[in-house]
Amino acid sequence: MTATPTGTTADTDTITMREAFAARATALLDADPRLAVVLAEISTDLFEDAAAAHPQRVVNVGIREQLLVGAAGGLALAGLRPIAHTYAPFLVERAFEQVKLDFGHQGTSGVLVSVGASYDWAEGSSTHFSPRDVALFDTLPGWRVFVPGHAAEVPALLDRAVASDESAYLRLSLRHNAEPHGTRDGSLDVLREGSRATVVAVGPLLDNVLAATAGLDVTVAYTNTPRPLDTAGLRDLAARTGNTVAVVEPYLEGTSAAIVSGALADRPHRLLSVGVGREELRRYGTAADHERLHGLDAEGVGARLRAFLAAG
Amino acid sequence: MMLGMTATYEQTVDLARRSVADVRYPAVKTYTLDPIWVLYDRVLRIDPAHPDDPGRDRFLLSKGHGPSAYYAVLAAKGFFPADWLDGIAAAGSRLGAHPDATLVPGAEISSGSLGHGLPLAVGTALGLRATGITDARVFVLVGDAELDEGSNHEAIQYAGAVGLSNLDVIVVDNASGTIGWPGGIASRFAVNGWSTAEAAAADHDALHRSYTAPHPGRPHVTVASAVTDPH
Repeated sequence: MTATPTGTTADTDTITMREAFAARATALLDADPRLAVVLAEISTDLFEDAAAAHPQRVVNVGIREQLLVGAAGGLALAGLRPIAHTYAPFLVERAFEQVKLDFGHQGTSGVLVSVGASYDWAEGSSTHFSPRDVALFDTLPGWRVFVPGHAAEVPALLDRAVASDESAYLRLSLRHNAEPHGTRDGSLDVLREGSRATVVAVGPLLDNVLAATAGLDVTVAYTNTPRPLDTAGLRDLAARTGNTVAVVEPYLEGTSAAIVSGALADRPHRLLSVGVGREELRRYGTAADHERLHGLDAEGVGARLRAFLAAG
Repeated sequence: MMLGMTATYEQTVDLARRSVADVRYPAVKTYTLDPIWVLYDRVLRIDPAHPDDPGRDRFLLSKGHGPSAYYAVLAAKGFFPADWLDGIAAAGSRLGAHPDATLVPGAEISSGSLGHGLPLAVGTALGLRATGITDARVFVLVGDAELDEGSNHEAIQYAGAVGLSNLDVIVVDNASGTIGWPGGIASRFAVNGWSTAEAAAADHDALHRSYTAPHPGRPHVTVASAVTDPH
């Protein structure tokens, strides 16, 4: 990532999203006797105090992801608000049938919180990459998806997820923007206005998008709440930018294409989807390396946007 | 006809036959009737008039295939009218070949995909404990072939390790698994610290003894053998 935190002024500049999540969840556990956290070894070190204070509501099931999600579903059946947390591919992909059947199909809901994102632990490579997660949630009814771009965005998003009676997926990453952004209600946060296109940046790719669009006559709008996407806001912005839209998202390229296309179905429009490629790179290195390899660094995003605008 | 709490076992058997839902499982689909009947008739503290009482006992039918016996018992105990049993799995029926908890009064979970009920039961038992409801019990019924699913073994290991004493599993064993369980089903639970008992699936008193046997500090499994269909 091109942007690293500078001029640190807030605690959240120096902690990770995962640490911000654990701290907020711990506070919520203290305040809400109906909240429970289920872990599968991952992040147990961050929940030691919470587990000591609430041993019956902070549960580590070991490396058992089917049970992680199933037990969370059972807690919901018993009237609790469960948070299940582990590494993204094991939470969403390994246990996807549990995600599908153990909440919504039961008439209940839960909160899933992942770490790892698309390529956070690049040294670990594909087994720990989860670029497909948001696309999978799009196959299920009713899930909210939160993709914070900064640790300081995490507490409010967790609060929204926990307070809702709908299911929610909170996707945490080590990738982040220099500063927090976003709106309280999840509507698009317009950071720059232009005329040739609306560029929607999701979560931690915002700083790359801002750098990539410097000097381009485009609107840049940020969201950390891609589901439900603020399609009303997007329609308004698109109408003012020639119905030309680009979506830059830190997971599988095209994940939001159907939703954006559907939102603009009543008018001729152009859509560019920029995201993580489908191919398996079989590379190690750093997350920044993978961001560049997928064309998601500022240079790569800028090249895609300029070609898109030139083609219009 | 609403039978209410007055239906006899024999009437419930008739209801189960009336409700046979799936041609893939002809008469044998009532082999779970006795284990479920004994639970609802003699053990569970559930009031059909208040099926959402937070302090109620729970019964989770994990093995959702062939739910005729389950529907029959729920009807016999007054959770819904017995005439719902006619036309099961028709487009307008609330009762399908797999139960949907959002459609069936008294059904605690939607099931049909194997291996979900036991982990859900673990979570429910944890949740009851966490909310201070210490006298409610969670029963879950699985089939012997359903135990093939690895998700069950994650739950069996964990529940045994943490001594989840408000959890009771009933394995109805009709030897339907292809590979089976050399050394016995109960041994898979025992090695993980569970209390175990075996009973013939048609022996109501033996089932009742197992369901009510004290098992402080650990979960309990009843392996109910139904190798020959009693009906």
